[in-house]
Amino acid sequence: MEALKKEHELIVTVSPHVKSEETVSRIMWSVNLSLFPAFAMGAYFFGIKAILVTALCVITAILSEYFVQKSLKRKVTIYDGSAFLTGLLLGMNLPASLWSFTPFTIHVPIIGSFVAVVITKHLFGGLGYNVFNPALIGRAFLLISFPRVMTIWTEPTAALFAFDAKTTATPLGVLKEEGIGKLVEVFGDTLNLYSQLFVGHRAGSIGETSAIALLVGAAFLLFKRYISWHIPLSFLGTAALLAWVFGGKDPQTGKMLFLAGDPIIHLLSGGMLLGAFFMATDYVTCPSVRKGQILFGIGCGALTMLIRLKGGYPEGVMFAILIMNCFAPIIDRGFKTKVFGAVKTREAAP
Amino acid sequence: MSPLTFKGGIHPPDKKDLAKDASIRPAQTPQRVVIPLSQHVGAPCKAVVSINQEVRKGQIIGEPGGFVSAPVHSSISGKVVAIGEFPNAMGRMVPSVVIENDGKEEWTILKDDPDYSNLPPDALKEKVKAAGIVGLGGAAFPTVVKLSPPKEKPVDTVIINGAECEPYLTADYRLMVENPREIVEGLKILMKILGVNKGFVGIEDNKPEAIEKMKDAVRNEKGIEVFGLEVKYPQGAEKMLIKATTGREVPPRGLPMDVKVVVQNVGTALAVYEAARYGKPLIERVVTVTGEGIQEPSNLMVRIGTLVSSLIEECGGFKDGVGKVISGGPMMGFAVASLDVPVTKGTSGILVIPEEGVVHAEDFEPCIRCGRCIDICPMGLMPSMLSVLAEKGHYEEAKEYNLFDCFECGSCAFVCPSKRPIVQLVRLAKSLVKP
Repeated sequence: MEALKKEHELIVTVSPHVKSEETVSRIMWSVNLSLFPAFAMGAYFFGIKAILVTALCVITAILSEYFVQKSLKRKVTIYDGSAFLTGLLLGMNLPASLWSFTPFTIHVPIIGSFVAVVITKHLFGGLGYNVFNPALIGRAFLLISFPRVMTIWTEPTAALFAFDAKTTATPLGVLKEEGIGKLVEVFGDTLNLYSQLFVGHRAGSIGETSAIALLVGAAFLLFKRYISWHIPLSFLGTAALLAWVFGGKDPQTGKMLFLAGDPIIHLLSGGMLLGAFFMATDYVTCPSVRKGQILFGIGCGALTMLIRLKGGYPEGVMFAILIMNCFAPIIDRGFKTKVFGAVKTREAAP
Repeated sequence: MSPLTFKGGIHPPDKKDLAKDASIRPAQTPQRVVIPLSQHVGAPCKAVVSINQEVRKGQIIGEPGGFVSAPVHSSISGKVVAIGEFPNAMGRMVPSVVIENDGKEEWTILKDDPDYSNLPPDALKEKVKAAGIVGLGGAAFPTVVKLSPPKEKPVDTVIINGAECEPYLTADYRLMVENPREIVEGLKILMKILGVNKGFVGIEDNKPEAIEKMKDAVRNEKGIEVFGLEVKYPQGAEKMLIKATTGREVPPRGLPMDVKVVVQNVGTALAVYEAARYGKPLIERVVTVTGEGIQEPSNLMVRIGTLVSSLIEECGGFKDGVGKVISGGPMMGFAVASLDVPVTKGTSGILVIPEEGVVHAEDFEPCIRCGRCIDICPMGLMPSMLSVLAEKGHYEEAKEYNLFDCFECGSCAFVCPSKRPIVQLVRLAKSLVKP
């Protein structure tokens, strides 16, 4: 018995002694994977420029994370997939036209990615402590700093080397400036408009255009339970409802027509799907209580439509999510979970 | 019918196949036992023997020190060789009595009383009290206390806990398969003592044989029902079990008697039967010795005070490269620092985890607020907030997040992708503030 005791040095830790196989890095890489179909469609429609812009963002994000963690003497975590994800999401939220030497705009994605990772994420304490979605702050910073080149959209040529692609307006831009009649005219008829939006054959940010590819990725995340329905459904539902109620316009007078908007156009255009499934659901910057997530989603949807219909920008998803990010902590406080047994059940006093 | 259950919970791999088919066999009688005088919350016992005194099997060696206390008996016959502080499985030094076996196996008086069921409730309760019976599910709360509800809290149901939701453990399962009749008799005694006519047995659906055997055993009993419960940890936690079987929710910080229920483990029910019929004190219990790191996973009937090391030897010893030895189950058990700690009344299992199976805790990451722990917390708490507040030293604020409602089941730490030691942080916070 003495021998038995001496032979073995036992490890002592606190319970539980078994843990699930889920890790932060597995979650992050799964989200990256789920974005791949949408990115691939972006690369297909906008060609090599889309790939190069996104690659710039990803590489800058990883290098920035490496250097900021080294200089702050923190553990380097570039392999956990989170910096990659920030770079990928930022790239997918930029126009492919940023890969351009005349005018020179190569530095724009690099600056955006740096702002996203260094300022938004690490200066707030790193993964888990950032208040705002890093990729969206990166994009907002660029939109404000480089307003012109950030809104140069090119036609989806579906050619790999389309360096002379014509510039054009996004469907939301057309809708805002010239109305729904013009938008339908551009695409031929309403059915064609819907189907082109669904496939992603339209001007826009690299990864936001293909609804079908985004839905495939979202289905994967929902199936794996990496995201839940609460935020996307309340976000999209609110936006669709408001688009239907307030989105209609009288073609002659330009006055608002109640209950005459087209929610499908609003859902399928801009960054709505990318935002609702992949950005508003960012764990760190959304509420973590389910009921609070519904309120968060409603807020995102309402602010998006407010900006789209009444604001100066044609698109509002980014600012809507960023504004709601501010409220995430306070929503969590307001929606504390109910402790087991806190309310008496029917049978408690028979 | 959808299985009975509660909200939240997790599905760890149950690993019960290792030991579930091993019939209960008596462990070798130990040469020496170390019997702690404090085996549960409440006042420790006072030793009533002295060094060199001869004791018999079943003789009282420790008298209860208060109301929430149970007497301790010698589990072998022999001579007291030491009385002093010895380490228990949690690593604490506790007053204990060491007895050297004389090999005679002489009992104190044991009297078979086949007519025990005609005894008045108070006499039965006295027998349970004298036998030193405590809850055998793990917490080892003195049974007689649960059987003495105050007048203003009448009880209408006794629930026998056969959930055994801790992975690996099969002690309760074997008891239900091998001794269903005695367990039901125990339940009837408990019902008689409490004056109730409703008795439930709750068993997780991953033990179909136990459910069948128990259903057979209650076929002709009035007022007793056996329920299959959803397989989900922590189904065997008192509050979750009550919710699953009766639909009632024990209020926060409340006791089962607040919703007119008393819960007892299957092993406890058996001990109650043996105490009522034979006057047998609680000197042995079933312990599952299992895990990937042990040669022969077994279910052993073990004398209280037997050292863990001798159980390991009896089960063929370790396989190569042992990592952890856990007293109890993998979710709530204690990793022991030494094998020279005794089996107590609350030891349901000894689990040996090989080195490659050990989850190291030092490399945890920040909370990413994914909300998994909030979704699965059976108590409806926000473990993520508790862990972050405790980590930052905001212990008082943790109380606003119902710190003291946590019963440390470990579900949150199981699902946490950042591998945060949430239970440890909660315990730290609890130890530093007043409820």
